[in-house]
Amino acid sequence: MSSAADEHIGARDGQRRRRARERPGSYYGRPIINAPVWQERDIAGYLFAGGLAAGSSVVAAGAELTGRGHLARSCKLCASAALGVSLAALVHDLGRPERFLNMLRVFKPTSPMNMGSWLLAAYGPLNGFATASDVLGLAPRGGRAATAGAALFGAGISSYTAALIANTAVPAWHEGHRELPFLFAGSAAAAGAGFGLLAAPLGESEPARRMAIAGAGVELLCEQLLERRLGMVAETLHTGTAGRRMRAARALTGAGALGAVTLAPRSRVGAALSGTALLAGSALTRFGIFAAGMASAQDPKYTVEPQRQRMRELG
Amino acid sequence: MSDGQLVDVLLGSADPAASSGYERHPPRMGFFTDTSLCIGCKACEVACKEWNQVPEDGLNWTGMSHDNSGGLGADTWRHVAFIEQRAPIGAHQSNFQREGESFRWLMASDVCKHCTHAACLDVCPTGAIFRTEFGTVVVQQDVCNGCGYCVPACPYGVLDKREDDGRIFKCTLCYDRLSAGQEPACAKACPTDSIQFGELDELHERAGRRIEQLHEAGVTEARLYGEDPDDGVGGDGAFFLLLDEPEVYGLPPDPIVTTRDLPEMWRNVAIAASGLLAGAAVAFAGSRR
Repeated sequence: MSSAADEHIGARDGQRRRRARERPGSYYGRPIINAPVWQERDIAGYLFAGGLAAGSSVVAAGAELTGRGHLARSCKLCASAALGVSLAALVHDLGRPERFLNMLRVFKPTSPMNMGSWLLAAYGPLNGFATASDVLGLAPRGGRAATAGAALFGAGISSYTAALIANTAVPAWHEGHRELPFLFAGSAAAAGAGFGLLAAPLGESEPARRMAIAGAGVELLCEQLLERRLGMVAETLHTGTAGRRMRAARALTGAGALGAVTLAPRSRVGAALSGTALLAGSALTRFGIFAAGMASAQDPKYTVEPQRQRMRELG
Repeated sequence: MSDGQLVDVLLGSADPAASSGYERHPPRMGFFTDTSLCIGCKACEVACKEWNQVPEDGLNWTGMSHDNSGGLGADTWRHVAFIEQRAPIGAHQSNFQREGESFRWLMASDVCKHCTHAACLDVCPTGAIFRTEFGTVVVQQDVCNGCGYCVPACPYGVLDKREDDGRIFKCTLCYDRLSAGQEPACAKACPTDSIQFGELDELHERAGRRIEQLHEAGVTEARLYGEDPDDGVGGDGAFFLLLDEPEVYGLPPDPIVTTRDLPEMWRNVAIAASGLLAGAAVAFAGSRR
C-alpha cells in the first residue's frame, strides 16, 4: 500500500477515534447501516434524467392534445434522450451489467426497483414510438396514443423514484417517505416544463410556463415540509455537499419560477434562461437529496438518535 | 414475488418459511449468540471464511481494540466486535482492576440477523434473495445482478457489494451445511458455545434461562436483542445476548423493516403521479389553439 493511502487511512481512523470519544454510544463512530454502493453520477443522475423524461412526456402529451406541434416534438425528443441517459446510467451502475434483464424475471411490488423496471419497460417503447412517429410523420394516430400512454407511465416514473430511495434504511430518505414523492413529481414537472420553455417558441409555451411555476412551487414547498419532517436528520440537508447543492437548487428553482412569471411571456431569451434555471434547480435538488442520504448513512447518530427518540415516544 | 411476502410484511408472520410458500418445511433454524461467553478468539470469523471461501479483504490495523475486520460486509460474514469500557462486569472481578478503577472488555460476534421480515429480500428486484425452507435468507449468486438495492435496505448494515466481483454477498447461515444436517461453520468452531445454533424456538427458551441465570448472578445489564417477534423486523433468526446498549456494539436500537411503510409510499407515489397529470391538464386546459 502506498504511503499516501496509509496516511489517508490513518486520518480516517483518527477521525473515527475522535468521534468515538465524543460519542460513547456508538461502535468507534462507525456507521450502523451500510451506505448505498450506488455511484452518484449514475443514480442521482438517473433521479434527474428520469424525472426530466417523465416531465417532458407529460408536457408533450398536453402539447400534442392542444395542437402545439413544436413543443410536443421537442419534449418527445428530450424525453427520449433523457430516457437513453437513464437506461445507460442504470445498467452502468449494476455490478453485473450483463444481467440487467434479470430485473424483469419477477414482478414484485415490494421492490420499487423492480416496479420501476416494469414502468420503464412500458414507458420506453411508448415514448420511442411517439417520438419516431412524430419525427418521421408515420402512423399519426398510433403516435398520438403512444404519446398519451407515455405521459401516463411517465407520471408514474416521476414519483416512483421517491419510493425507490425512501424504501431503504437510509435515514434522510426513509424518514422523508411521505414528502419525497410529491417533491420528485414537482421537480419533474419543473424540469420538463423548464425544457419546454427552453425549446418552444413563445407562442406555444404558455402552458409550459404555468406548469413550470406550479412544479417549482411544489418542489420548494415540499422541500420545506421534508426538512420539518426529518427533525435532527435535516442537518444532512443543510451541511456539506448536500447543503451547498440544496441552497443552489432553491435559488435556481426560485429564480426560474420568477423568470417564468416575469420574463418568459415576453422574451425568448428570458424563457430560455428561466427554463435553464429550472432544469439546473431540479438537477441540484436530486443530487442534493442523494448527498444528504449518503451523509445520513455514514454517521451512526442519524440512525441511532431517531430510533431512540421513537422508543422514548412509544414508551 | 409471492403474495405471501406482501402479506408477510403487512400482517406479520412468525413462520417465514410457510408464508414464503413452503407447505412442509423443517423447523426455523437460527443462531443465539451469547456475547457474555465470547472470548474474542475470532475462530468464527476464520471458520466462516474457510468454509465459505470468502476472499481476503485487507489486512488492516484499525486501531479499534483487537477488531481489525471493522464490521459486516461482502467479505466479513461474522464480525467480532471488541469494546473497552471503564465499567465493572457484574460482580466479576476483572484482572485489570486497579484501585478505584475497573475495566471490562465486551466481545460480540455479529452476523446476518435472518430477519422474519427481511428488507433485503423484499427490495431485491431480481428475486436473487430468497427465503430458504429453514426460514433463513440467502442470496442466489447466479441471479444477483449487483444492483445494490439490498445494501442500504438492511437496517443492520449486513449486506455489501464485493467490488471486484460486482455482486452482493452475505452470510448464508451455511445453507449447504444445513441441507446436509450439519451446523454452520462458525457455531461449530466456537470454543465457548457463545454461538449456539439450533431450532429457533429452542434457542429462545435457552436464552430466557440464560438471562435469568445472569440476572441472578448480578449481571443486571444483560439483555436479549432481536428475540422479540413484535419488534420492527418481526424478530431475528439470529438473536443476541448483550451486556450493554445495542448501539455500543454497532447495532441499531430499534430497527424497522423499511417495507413496513411501503404501502403508504405507494399511495403517495400514486397521488403525486395523478397530481402531476391533473396539474398538466389544468395548465393546458382552456388554451386549445
